[in-house]
Amino acid sequence: MQKSITIHLIIKVWRQENATAKGALASYSLRDISTDMSFLEMLDVLNEQLTHTGDEPVAFDHDCREGICGMCGAVVNGQAHGPESGTTLCQLHMRHFKSGDTLVIEPFRARAFPLVRDLVVDRSALDGIIQEGGYVSVNSGGAPDANALPIAQKHAEAAMDAAACIGCGACVAACPNASAMLFVSGKVSQLALLPQGDPERKERALNMVRKADALGFGSCTNERECEAVCPKSISISNIARLNREFLRAMVS
Amino acid sequence: MILNAKIPSGPLADKWDSHCFQSKLVNPANKRKYNVIVVGSGLAGASAAATLAELGYNVSCFTIQDSPRRAHSIAAQGGINAAKNYQNDGDSIFRLFYDTIKGGDFRSREANVYRLAQVSNNIIDQCVAQGVPFAREYGGQLANRSFGGAQVSRTFYARGQTGQQLLLGAYSSLSRQIKLGKVTMFTRREMLDLVLEDGQARGIIVRNLITGELEQYGGHAVVLATGGYGNAFYLSTNAMASNVTAAFRAYKRGAMMANPCYVQIHPTCIPVHGDYQSKLTLMSESLRNDGRVWVPKKKGDNRPPADILENERDYYLEQKYPSFGNLVPRDVASRNAKEQCDLGKGVGETNLAVYLDFDEAIARDGQATIMKKYGNLFQMYEKITDKNPLTEPMMIYPAVHYTMGGLWVDYDLMSTIPGLFVLGEANFSDHGANRLGASALMQGLADGYFILPYTIGNYLAKTSHDQVQVGGDAFTEAQQQADSKLNQLLALKGKRTVDDFHKELGALLWDECGMARNKVGLQRALTKIPEIRAEFWSNGLVTGQGAEFNQTLERAGRVADFLEFGEIMVHDALAREESCGCHLREESQTAENEALRDDDKFSYVAAWQYQGQDTAPKLHKEELSFENVTPSQRSYK
Ligand SMILES: Cc1cc2nc3c(=O)[nH]c(=O)nc-3n(C[C@H](O)[C@H](O)[C@H](O)COP(=O)(O)OP(=O)(O)OC[C@H]3O[C@@H](n4cnc5c(N)ncnc54)[C@H](O)[C@@H]3O)c2cc1C
Ligand code: FES
Repeated sequence: MQKSITIHLIIKVWRQENATAKGALASYSLRDISTDMSFLEMLDVLNEQLTHTGDEPVAFDHDCREGICGMCGAVVNGQAHGPESGTTLCQLHMRHFKSGDTLVIEPFRARAFPLVRDLVVDRSALDGIIQEGGYVSVNSGGAPDANALPIAQKHAEAAMDAAACIGCGACVAACPNASAMLFVSGKVSQLALLPQGDPERKERALNMVRKADALGFGSCTNERECEAVCPKSISISNIARLNREFLRAMVS
Repeated sequence: MILNAKIPSGPLADKWDSHCFQSKLVNPANKRKYNVIVVGSGLAGASAAATLAELGYNVSCFTIQDSPRRAHSIAAQGGINAAKNYQNDGDSIFRLFYDTIKGGDFRSREANVYRLAQVSNNIIDQCVAQGVPFAREYGGQLANRSFGGAQVSRTFYARGQTGQQLLLGAYSSLSRQIKLGKVTMFTRREMLDLVLEDGQARGIIVRNLITGELEQYGGHAVVLATGGYGNAFYLSTNAMASNVTAAFRAYKRGAMMANPCYVQIHPTCIPVHGDYQSKLTLMSESLRNDGRVWVPKKKGDNRPPADILENERDYYLEQKYPSFGNLVPRDVASRNAKEQCDLGKGVGETNLAVYLDFDEAIARDGQATIMKKYGNLFQMYEKITDKNPLTEPMMIYPAVHYTMGGLWVDYDLMSTIPGLFVLGEANFSDHGANRLGASALMQGLADGYFILPYTIGNYLAKTSHDQVQVGGDAFTEAQQQADSKLNQLLALKGKRTVDDFHKELGALLWDECGMARNKVGLQRALTKIPEIRAEFWSNGLVTGQGAEFNQTLERAGRVADFLEFGEIMVHDALAREESCGCHLREESQTAENEALRDDDKFSYVAAWQYQGQDTAPKLHKEELSFENVTPSQRSYK
């Protein structure tokens, strides 16, 4: 492993005490950041520094720090999850920045994501959408032998591509309409591609889309920003499939 | 106190069926009168909450994260075992049972492990019915891969995201029950205490992490599915919020803590690279299907790997263990990596790494095939290290990964507190002194979908369904205690941050109670931990207020518990003067440096009982008996 180098940065980060308080960007300078650090480790260093100087550390969500739990996320210099494509904020490393860079870090903003504190937002609306039909209605017990239902490899793989969504909400934050259609389409596609999803197909598409509207997410006008920022590179062809599912459900 | 595991009598293969038959049932019309509290929404918690709700119980489910889908189970990569024998390679329920009990170095209960193997097949059926997109063969059948400690292919997987897909399956069932009104979901809540009335678990105290308020919830039974305590070591492969708090507070209320020293150190993780490091990333064990582990034969050889010729490399696992090769169990692989590094043959910047090399597999199967199997792991490795495993071997080193120890439970998964059930990684039940790969997902889902839903009836059927009222003396007392603890933490205005203490504790545990342990080191840790704890309570620094979203306060509470819990771990490691599985006591090794058990003296589960603040815990023993397998010296040669 080559020896890591260190860089100096100006960090401008959104500070807001709670949902109703007034927020603003605050500016901090950070020195000697190793380029091997992850973005969140850089924020850890900032927070240790703030704590020692008697300031409140910056609140930010995170948990797995390996790009799978969907807990982390912020807009960095205007891009959800930062400049690297197919990467969550926790998997973004500081080697992608240069010494002297200014990083503007803001929360994921959307009407359906009320702010909790600093970079933390409430994304429970996404759970609300899944509760409207993002499942197969089977109870535990009594399932037939797993191999009794062969599924062509290409369908299983396509379903897996759609199912890889981590529910981080970057697609919503990046969309000018704050639409959640990429998120909805991932789940609808996964279950539309698999025979298990067939019986509830219509209700699923209708109910999930309507719920997204009701929860304050906007509609999709094909801006493609969602696909560009998705850390799991979920394709917007899923939205096309969702549209077909939705239309099919409407006409029948 | 005599620990009664309540193992059913009769032949091994019939125990579970006859136990189910003899278990008490709660009349369907009465189920809705019972409230069950489930803490945790990982594989164990989500599957239990959904299934109990399907049966008709009212369920309240709690989780620290902002959504049940984010529980740490989401991060599991490699796969889940089941005894389907779809590969026709000689697998069976008995073989899965045998491999698991041997893998655990004969320190688990036969009856539990057998039951786990039995229900393993139902899990796969259940998950497929939910729409979990497992990997498939061209013919549409389910695909399998191999994991360590087994010579059959029985691991089902969804790329390198098996935990994610299984958890999303359980989460989908849970979501359906939330919609149906049978589960009430409480996110961003942290359980801070267990409430006992007349010696029975009757509720919990939680902190609402957004408002900071303490809340009381009552139920006829409490189910803890709060995961493992690997983060006691600070650096581990666990998610940052993984903690021991819920289990530890239950321990302080009388639940016994079993085998806390059994901690699994996973052999294939990305090595530590700096003191700012916050977590270690696992590279799934499945990589050992195709990756070959090696170090240079010569000490201190720091040439780039490509310059080291084939005959200058030591493929030490293949050499030492010809039958299992790179697929030896985790404890064996980890110890051998440490041994090579201790011998001065480690590689990389810190010399604390070994190579995991895919060259041969790429030459054999082609890049495309290897990328299809491991693409997301390779990408993750490259993101972190900036190196491409297709062109140079990975560097790996062992890291804390999983905790076999946990709250003691009987065959019904009930702790020593009546009405307190413990599932998943939070209990100690099935993995003995070492867990085989792909068996934690199996255990979590077995506990939640198929075991607890049957066994909880035995308790509830004997419990009145009168509403549990919150606000009584026991609830008030528990809330006051939680509150005063938070206030003590908020009063800490010293010089050292919470993370700083956590790192110090972690480093100490890693050195003295990690991959190899000895009496002197463990005793040293027993003096040192109380010192760190004392300094934490005098010189710690906690910012902010209680009545707000305060992540420093959250972490401080968890670290405070680790600072007490770490000591129990060390007590346990010190008392177990034998080596078994992951617990290597340097004083007890074979001539070839393998773990040497002492069955005459230590064939028991060590269950520790709380004796009050600053008093050593009391050891209780549950003797293990083996009627269907003969404990042998494990050999993977
Ligand atoms: C990186 C990684 C890869 C792995 N890969 C595999 C694999 O391939 N195969 C395998 O079999 N196993 C694997 N494991 C192990 C396996 O993932 C875990 O053992 C298992 O998922 C634990 O599930 P659980 O339901 O017991 O707990 P968790 O999934 O950890 O869930 C714990 C839940 O409890 C909640 N909680 C915790 N404390 C509190 C509290 N105080 N108050 C309220 N809620 C609380 C959390 O919010 C969470 O919802 C892996 C583990 C790691 C770390
Ligand atoms: S912290 Fe889990 S995805 Fe980033």
